[in-house]
Amino acid sequence: MIPVFWKELSDHFGKRRFVILLGLILFASTWAGFVAVRSLPELAGEVPPDLVFLQLFTGSSGAIPPFLFFLSFFGPLIGITLGFDAINSERSQGTLSRVLSQPLYRDSLFNGKFLAGLTTITVVQVSIVVIVVGIGMFILGFGPTLDFSLRIAVFTLASVIYMAFWLAIAMLCSVWFNQAVSSAMTSLALWLFFGFIMLMVAGAVSDALVSNPQTTEEAIERVRVERMARRLSPVTLFQEATVTILTPTIRSLGPALVQEGSRLERLRPLPLSQSLNLVWPHLTAILALAAACFGISYARFLREEIRS
Amino acid sequence: MPEILVETHDLTKRYGSTKSSGSVLAVNNLDMSVEEGEIYGFLGPNGSGKTTTILMLLGLTEPTSGYARVTGLDPLHDSLEVKRNVGYLPENVGFYDDMTGRQNMRYTSQLNWIPKREADDRIDWLLGLVGLSEAADRAVAGYSRGMRQRLGIADTLLKQPRVAFLDDPTIGLDPEGIRELLDIIVGMARDLSITVFLSSHILQQVQRICSRVGIMFRGSLVAEGTVAELSEAGSGEGSVRLEVEASGNTDSLAESLREVPGVIGVTVRGGEVALDCVGDVRGAVASKVIDGGMELRRLVTVDRTLEDIYMYYFRQAEAAAVESEAS
Repeated sequence: MIPVFWKELSDHFGKRRFVILLGLILFASTWAGFVAVRSLPELAGEVPPDLVFLQLFTGSSGAIPPFLFFLSFFGPLIGITLGFDAINSERSQGTLSRVLSQPLYRDSLFNGKFLAGLTTITVVQVSIVVIVVGIGMFILGFGPTLDFSLRIAVFTLASVIYMAFWLAIAMLCSVWFNQAVSSAMTSLALWLFFGFIMLMVAGAVSDALVSNPQTTEEAIERVRVERMARRLSPVTLFQEATVTILTPTIRSLGPALVQEGSRLERLRPLPLSQSLNLVWPHLTAILALAAACFGISYARFLREEIRS
Repeated sequence: MPEILVETHDLTKRYGSTKSSGSVLAVNNLDMSVEEGEIYGFLGPNGSGKTTTILMLLGLTEPTSGYARVTGLDPLHDSLEVKRNVGYLPENVGFYDDMTGRQNMRYTSQLNWIPKREADDRIDWLLGLVGLSEAADRAVAGYSRGMRQRLGIADTLLKQPRVAFLDDPTIGLDPEGIRELLDIIVGMARDLSITVFLSSHILQQVQRICSRVGIMFRGSLVAEGTVAELSEAGSGEGSVRLEVEASGNTDSLAESLREVPGVIGVTVRGGEVALDCVGDVRGAVASKVIDGGMELRRLVTVDRTLEDIYMYYFRQAEAAAVESEAS
């Protein structure tokens, strides 16, 4: 497995498409972090000063969405780029049977590829976070507290798991489809569906179930339904989880999050363990989804007949 | 007594379930064996089950029933050990196009856990052996088909296998390329004492290097032996091939010769007629021509070509298949 891992890793960093995407994401996220820092003075009245540091990740100013949203939308692209042709390119190049006739187990090839993708994702994610934190420290003149450092670490880990989920999706497609193009298209379609279309579907579902709310209870019910429907998408799960981790003042993930978020922010911040308690189901769900995709593609690849 | 390195017993592979009508019997109760030191030619038309058999011998495909032994081991359960002992050159072998020939081979050496220093020496030597020293540090994307096949042979030999499975290595090569490749194969079998299992769909191309051949047809081995044995058997049963040339219309000549007793096949080839006969019927053919008022210019018996022998086995197998379907 180790030779496969090193080869794939060097392949990833050498690929032009990966370098371009990496450049774009680094640019976008540093820009978002930078803008967030610039907008800090305006927030001075609303955010307690000791929470300012985390605003780097969640703060936004008008036109530029916060760093978090860049990550939740473009993180999947990294995963997909790294995985969509993992197996089918070996097949179409005719290298699969040559490699598998060497003395290595079939799953070593698959695991090596997945692990190389995961390592690449981790390197990318850690470097982005370090850059943003660095910008923050440079401009603010102070670093994150221990609690915030832990929050940032948990956030980084959650993002890696999230991107690993998309890597697993892409690798599943690469086992399923023999054409790299079909595999890329299918992964991208899933990304669009969960990232954008799901939001409309959630709106439609809540419209259908609670149409025309009259009382406050009905209005809250409607928001609750919509939020639950949205949570079927891993993109939403990731957003909720990371916003909660990076915003210690969020105390509940119920309808209040949208409605009264700004007022709640003036409350006392929660300790990290309590924030984690809130989003534990989210993180577990993403991890489980990633594991399921990995398992399905693994099983299918092991049973596949290798003809080319 | 030489060791038997490859053997199969009732090896069968069926695609699709037995009940559904769409199931295909790719390999049917195959029994064969290859001894150490042989160059075994595994011949048959496309789709006759050659590749499927090789995949089962390598453990890349699971047999439906029966079993195989390669270097005495079961490719399904001792797959790693079998893959350590055998090299495999797939049909249309592929390489990582963006890597050089040397890098591709280095990756293979890593997958085989060959120590780096040893691997580098061996790669240099093998690239020289197949005549790719010059091109070793160019990207494989720019290699010709012949170069890819030769790189494939070098790649197969890297792990110093006891048996090399070469799946249709001459496909798509020009005559010169085929000659070069076959010379390399003969050289490796002789100098490195590697047993070679060579599949091909063109008998002529490989017969000169094979010590023994087996002919596959629709998943079954229909004939096996040395080329000389097969050609003897194929031309047996008193069957004779005649070539006739006469004045006048060739087509009408062919028509009239069809009536001669003992003639079972008539083919018009340019200005002459080829006859497949049971027994030597030259006398009857000559009188038929002269009775028809034509002038006999040439009448000879012809030795069967290898192609004919090959075709003979296919026809026989086909006839047997039709018969078994009818009954």
